[in-house]
Amino acid sequence: MLQLDFDEKKCLACETRDCLTRCQYMDLDAEAAGTEIQNLINGTDTRVLHDCRTCYACEEYCPMANHPFYLIVSRQEELGIAPLPEPIVKQGIQMGIAFRGDPEIHEVNGPVLNMGVFSPLIRLAQGKLFEGLTLISTDSRKMHHYFCQLMYLHFARTSVIKDRLPKVMATIAAHKPTEVVHFHDECYGTYTSFAPAWGMDVPFSSIHLFEHLYNRLTELRDEIKPLNYKVAYQRPCSSRLSSDKHRFVDKIFDLIGVEHVRRQYRDEDALCCGSTILAQKTPDSRRFCLNQQKKNIEDMKESGAELCIFNCPACMQTIGKQVAENGIMPIWMSDLCRMAIGEQPA
Amino acid sequence: MDSVYRALADIVGEDYVSEQTEELFTYSKDLGTSEPRWPEYVAAPKTADEVSRIVEMANEQKLAVVPLGGGMSLAGLALALRGGITLDLKRMDQILELNEQGRYMVVEAGVSHGKVTSYLHKNAPHLMHSEPGAPPAATIGGNLAIHGQGDLAHPYGFNSDMINGLEVVLPTGEICRMGSCALGNQWYTLRPLPDLSLFMGWSGCTGIITKVSLRLFPCKKIQEQDVFVVENENLVPEILFKLTHVGMAEDLVVVSQEIPPPFNRLHYILINLAGDSREELEFKRQLIFDQNLAKYIQEGTGGIGAAGQDIERPVVSKTSDWRKGGGFEYVGAIVPVGFYPEGFRLGVEISARHEIPYTVLGRVVGCGHSMMFSWTYAFNRADNDTVSHARQALHETDERVLEMGGTLWKPAVFGQKLVMDRMDANTREMMKKVKTLLDPNGIMNPGNWEVA
Ligand SMILES: Cc1cc2nc3c(=O)[nH]c(=O)nc-3n(C[C@H](O)[C@H](O)[C@H](O)COP(=O)(O)OP(=O)(O)OC[C@H]3O[C@@H](n4cnc5c(N)ncnc54)[C@H](O)[C@@H]3O)c2cc1C
Ligand code: SF4
Ligand code: SF4
Repeated sequence: MLQLDFDEKKCLACETRDCLTRCQYMDLDAEAAGTEIQNLINGTDTRVLHDCRTCYACEEYCPMANHPFYLIVSRQEELGIAPLPEPIVKQGIQMGIAFRGDPEIHEVNGPVLNMGVFSPLIRLAQGKLFEGLTLISTDSRKMHHYFCQLMYLHFARTSVIKDRLPKVMATIAAHKPTEVVHFHDECYGTYTSFAPAWGMDVPFSSIHLFEHLYNRLTELRDEIKPLNYKVAYQRPCSSRLSSDKHRFVDKIFDLIGVEHVRRQYRDEDALCCGSTILAQKTPDSRRFCLNQQKKNIEDMKESGAELCIFNCPACMQTIGKQVAENGIMPIWMSDLCRMAIGEQPA
Repeated sequence: MDSVYRALADIVGEDYVSEQTEELFTYSKDLGTSEPRWPEYVAAPKTADEVSRIVEMANEQKLAVVPLGGGMSLAGLALALRGGITLDLKRMDQILELNEQGRYMVVEAGVSHGKVTSYLHKNAPHLMHSEPGAPPAATIGGNLAIHGQGDLAHPYGFNSDMINGLEVVLPTGEICRMGSCALGNQWYTLRPLPDLSLFMGWSGCTGIITKVSLRLFPCKKIQEQDVFVVENENLVPEILFKLTHVGMAEDLVVVSQEIPPPFNRLHYILINLAGDSREELEFKRQLIFDQNLAKYIQEGTGGIGAAGQDIERPVVSKTSDWRKGGGFEYVGAIVPVGFYPEGFRLGVEISARHEIPYTVLGRVVGCGHSMMFSWTYAFNRADNDTVSHARQALHETDERVLEMGGTLWKPAVFGQKLVMDRMDANTREMMKKVKTLLDPNGIMNPGNWEVA
C-alpha cells in the first residue's frame, strides 16, 4: 500500500499556511486555512475539496514540501467529491488506456527524449538542440504506454495513476536509458515529485526539458543571435510540481535575448490555462474559466508581450487560439530556442 | 464495333466512353460490402442533352442506365445490378449561377460537394450550403437522389428540403424542370407549383437529375464545435430536446464508439455553433451551457468535453476512419430522436455478436423532428470473413430497425425489399404506377426499388 509522504506535524508548526492562504481561488486567512488543513488531515469534508480548481499551485507554495495538493486530491477521491462531472472523469480515465498492442522497444543505452503522450508533436523535437537524444514514444498509436497518467490529479483519481504508473515506468526503463529528458513538464513532475511522494521507485533519472535546452543552448552559445522579443510565458500547472526548474525559464530567455515581461500573473502568481476549470461542476465554472483566460491574456497584452511561450500542449490547445486572436503570437519553447540558433520553427 | 458503344461514342465522344474490362472494373464495385456487379459500358456525358440522348438510345435497346455521382453511398446503389450503361456524371460539374441576394446557386448535378464548398469559400464566403459528412467527392445529384443530410440539418432539415428547383432527364429522355425554372423564370423557388417531388429518394430510378438550384444559408465568420458528454444514453433525447429548443446549433450530432477508448460507452454530443463575433458565440454558449445544460453539469451527469474547437468539413467523414484503411458500411435509419438509447443498445449488441467494435452516430434533422441514426460495421477488405460478418450485421440491423418502427435511409436492395414488404399497400401501388408511368421500359437503375 503506497503512503503519501505527508507530515501533519509540519502543518501544525507552519505559521503561514501558504498552501491555502496563497491559493488564487480561495480567500482564506491563516487561521481559516489552519482549520481547513486540519479537516483535510482528519479526512473530513472541507470547502477546500469543493472549491479547489486543481491548479497544483499549493504544491509549490508549501515551503516544507509537504504535498498539500496530493493530499487534497486523495481526500477528494476517498470522499467521492469529484471536481468534474462523472462522464468527463470517465472520458479522461479511458483516454489513458493503452490500446493497439505493445510498443516496440529498442534498447538505447544512452540519453533519451520521452515524448510521453505527445508523439504527434514529434516535429517539435528536431534540430541541433535535440542531437544526441534518442526519441522514445514516437508511435502515436502506442503513445499511451508512455502516458505518465498524472492528468488524473485533475479528476481526483490518484488511484488510477498509482495503478498505471508502474507499468509506464517499466516501459520507459525497458529502453535502458542512461537518463530521460521529458518533453512535458507533467512527466517530469510525475517521476521527480509524484512518484517519490507516494514512495514509488523510479528506475531512471530524469532531466527537465528546460534544463536540457538551457545546457544545449549554452554549448551552442556562439550560434545564438538574440531574438529581442518581449515574451510572456504560459506557465503550466504541472510545472508547480518541479518549481525548482522554473528558474530555467528566465535563464533560457536571458541566454537567447528575449525579455520576459513583468506582469501580474507571472511565476508563482501565474494563472492556469483553464482547461480543467471549464468543465467543473461548480456553478458558473465555464464563465469563471473564460474570465480567468481573459484576465490572463489582457495581462499579457498590457505588458507589451509580442509572443506567448508555451510548453504544455494542453495550454496551447486551450488558449493558443485566443492568444493569437489577441495579436500575440503563440509559440513553443523549443521552437523559440531553435529560432535563437537560426533554425526554422517546426 | 458494337452498336451501343458506337452510339455512346457519337454522343459523348470516344474519350468518354468505355467497354474495356480494366475500366469497367472500377465501376463494378463500391466501397461497401456489396458483391461486384459489372456494367457493360460506362459513359461520361457533359450535358443534359447528352444524357437525354443516351437515355433515348437505351430505351430503344432496353438497356439499363445507372447514374453514378461520387459512388460514395456505400450501399451498392450505383452498381449495375442488371448490366447496361453506367453514366458517370462527374463531368457535369459546372457552377452556372450564384445569386447572392436570393441565397441560391444553380449547379450541374455532377458537381461535387467539395467543389461547391470551395467555390463559396472563394466567391461568397458569407454563404454556405449544407454539406453532407461524405467525402468531398460526393455529388449534389447523388446526395439528393438518396435524401442526404448535411451540416445544416438541424435548422433546415434534409438536403432535399433545401432546393429551389431541379432539372431532370426522365427515363424516356425528356428534359423536364421543376419549380420557378419550369416557367422560364429564375431558379429561385420550388414552391408553390403542384408538387411533383418524384426524383429525390428514388436512387435514380425515376430519372437523372442534371441541374439543381441549391439553397444557400448565412455562413458566419466563426464556426466552432463544442462537445457535451454524457454516460447515460437515456439522457440523450432530453438533452437534444433542450438543445433544439435553444435552436442555436447548426449541426447536432451524437457519437459513441468502442474505440478509441475515450469514446467507449460515452455519448459525445457535438454542437456546431457559428457567430459573426465572439460575443455572438458567447451569447449562444450561455444559453446552451449556463442555462439549459447547467443542471446536468452540476449534478455531474453531463459535462463540457470541449469548447471552441475548429470544425473540419466534412464533419462526419473525419470520424469515420478512426481505424485507418479498413472497410466500413453503415445502416442509416431515419428515426425519432427518442430512439437514440435503444439504437445505441442495438448497435452495441449486434456489433458484439459479430466481433466488430461498435460505432453509432445520430444527427438531428430539423428541429428534433427526426434523426439520422447510423450503425457502422467495420471490416477488412482483404478478409472475406469479416466482410460477410459486416454484411450479416447490416442485414440484422435493417430488420431490427424496421421492427422498432424506424425507417431505412438509402437502404441497399436487401433493405429496400424489407421496406416495400411493410409498406402500406396503396402507397406501394402508387409507387408502382409512378414507376411504370415514368419508366415504361424499366431501364432506370433496375434492381433498385423494384415495386413489381
Ligand atoms: C464517410 C462517409 C460519410 C457519409 N456521411 C454522410 C452524411 O453525413 N450525410 C449524407 O447524406 N450522406 C453521407 N454519406 C453517404 C453518401 O456518401 C452521400 O450521401 C453522398 O452524398 C452520395 O452522393 P454520391 O454522389 O456519392 O452518390 P452515388 O453513390 O454516386 O449515388 C447514390 C445513388 O444516387 C443515384 N444517382 C447518382 N447521381 C444521380 C443523379 N444525378 N440523378 C439521379 N440519381 C443519381 C445513384 O444511381 C445511386 O443510386 C457518407 C458516406 C461516407 C463514405
Ligand atoms: S501543507 Fe505546507 S504550507 Fe500548508 S500548512 Fe502544511 S506545511 Fe504549511
Ligand atoms: S490546487 Fe490550486 S486551487 Fe486547489 S487548493 Fe491548491 S492552490 Fe488552491
